[in-house]
Amino acid sequence: MLVGHQPKEFLLAVEGLTVSFDGFKAVNDLSFYVEENEIRVIIGPNGAGKTTVLDLICGKTKATSGSIQFRGKELTKLKENQIVQAGVGRKFQTPSIYDDLTVFENLEISFPRGRTVFGSLTFTRDAVVRDRVHEVAEMIFLKDRLNMSAELLSHGQKQWLEIGMLLIQDPDLLMLDEPVAGMSVSERVKTAELLNRIIKDRSVLVIEHDMKFVEDIAHKVTVLHQGQILSEGTMEKVQNDPKVIEVYLGH
Amino acid sequence: MTNARFATRSELIGILVLAVFLVVILPLCLDVFRLNLVAKYLTYAFVALGLVICWGYGGILSLGQGVFFGLGGYCMAMFLKLEASSVENTKIQSTPGIPDFMDWNQITALPMFWKPFHSLTLTIIAVILVPGIFALIIGAAMFKRRVGGTYFAIITQAVAAILTILIVGQQGYTGGINGMTDLRTLKGWDIRPDHAKIVLYFFEVACLFGCIFIAQFIRHSKLGRILVAMRDKEDRVRFSGYSVANFKIFAFCVAAVFAAIGGAMFALNVGFMSPSFVGIVPSIEMVIYTAVGGRLSILGAVYGTLLVNFAKTSLSESFPELWLFGLGGLFIAVVLAFPNGLAGIWQDHVQPRIDRLLSSRKPKPAAGWTDNSVADGAPAE
Repeated sequence: MLVGHQPKEFLLAVEGLTVSFDGFKAVNDLSFYVEENEIRVIIGPNGAGKTTVLDLICGKTKATSGSIQFRGKELTKLKENQIVQAGVGRKFQTPSIYDDLTVFENLEISFPRGRTVFGSLTFTRDAVVRDRVHEVAEMIFLKDRLNMSAELLSHGQKQWLEIGMLLIQDPDLLMLDEPVAGMSVSERVKTAELLNRIIKDRSVLVIEHDMKFVEDIAHKVTVLHQGQILSEGTMEKVQNDPKVIEVYLGH
Repeated sequence: MTNARFATRSELIGILVLAVFLVVILPLCLDVFRLNLVAKYLTYAFVALGLVICWGYGGILSLGQGVFFGLGGYCMAMFLKLEASSVENTKIQSTPGIPDFMDWNQITALPMFWKPFHSLTLTIIAVILVPGIFALIIGAAMFKRRVGGTYFAIITQAVAAILTILIVGQQGYTGGINGMTDLRTLKGWDIRPDHAKIVLYFFEVACLFGCIFIAQFIRHSKLGRILVAMRDKEDRVRFSGYSVANFKIFAFCVAAVFAAIGGAMFALNVGFMSPSFVGIVPSIEMVIYTAVGGRLSILGAVYGTLLVNFAKTSLSESFPELWLFGLGGLFIAVVLAFPNGLAGIWQDHVQPRIDRLLSSRKPKPAAGWTDNSVADGAPAE
């Protein structure tokens, strides 16, 4: 058994994770480990349970059994906001931003200060906040859109904005659900560049279908199929795995 | 540019205009009877103001604000009733010194929960705390379990119905369906004559502005923006590290306390309190005031309340049967045609014209989002 000192080395250790919806096991006895500064991409056919895995880690869905250890903390027992405060950030599949607020305000809300009711009442927009918002806005190519209402952004810009909102949280583990879906070719290139820049100093868990994109960024790939791991390893290894070719890549 | 902590310049002008309207114009134009009517209408403006925070910004529709209006009103009325029930005033009763309705219901001693209302200080604390804590309990029970939207609205309706039944049923303790009538003095100062009505009117307006400033502060704080964000993408807020339930509870409690202050003002200005201001129908009417004024506008809530109530008084004086249809029609019209109410009409049609008029005289940099520096805290509207 490796369990003894294993969790200390990994940033995220998922062990025996199972969730069943009315008897249907969307994720079945899943175990995987993510190291510090690793970029892990999860691929797999539709319904493989990829998004459910992210939902389980960030607390949106409660696990039926199993454990998720993040820096030695058991995430399955924490509430969503506590998981975020522990250092896990999550981007949703469809751009999830606040349409009625400006780009600046969208980013500001994610700034990790004043997260309680009274903290947010007394929150002041000081130089630290402003500088950080400007810095992130520049990274996500929205520097000159700061005072624009977020609903007026294009689809790709909305995706960047949400990535920016996560960046400002400065999570140790960043989870991205299909970050380039629905983007134009030039936007994809820019996003890959953006992701390559922001993954320094943190671990990233990405769900993505675009194999070109996966090849560009992944350190390690996990292939999910019917809630279980079908294959795991480098992109090259996974691509040549006959099981993977049969259920996923072959199509 | 200034960092807007309370209000932007145009909001400040709006507040000033309202102040002039309420403090100067209305008292000069109306006789004491009509001014007292305005005072009565304005008690609902407190409720509408709370609904702007809770419903407009937070997206939490409460159809039970009458509950909090009633709790605040009853707290105040209990104090006034006790003062009016001095031993010498009630010496013809079989038990002197207790409110008349208790005597009629064969109650021989003042119940425990009435005792704190001998003190004005404790009464004022109760006006704030009783509805505040009640809202906290309802809010915690609902929002921690993620009950929201229509379900929450229905539950608040049920609470309004329950409280009405409770008040009517417990006649000996609450005055029943008649409510608490014959309120006379506040610390020995008669609240019934004309000059007292005028003083109370100004006191109420001052409290209303106090609440407006609190609402403005909330709106311009990060909490205000989080409420808007929550209304839009609740999950995103949750996964940005906020406890969504706590923010909803806060908004609901603020709305409850505002409503309660309004209720207390009602008891003072109108001189009685009854269960007919607690139930489902008044609660829904209060939502209509907010909708007509514009559920996103703090000042709109005040104008909406005044307008609907003026219409109600004048229409129900001449066509008593038609009023409810008028009210229903008004609500449908607002929802269908002007979802942002009077304030929306003002912002879309009147404000741009004023701006154009002003800018034609004083050239300004190009309009749009580029002319605001980020340092300016003003949210784009």
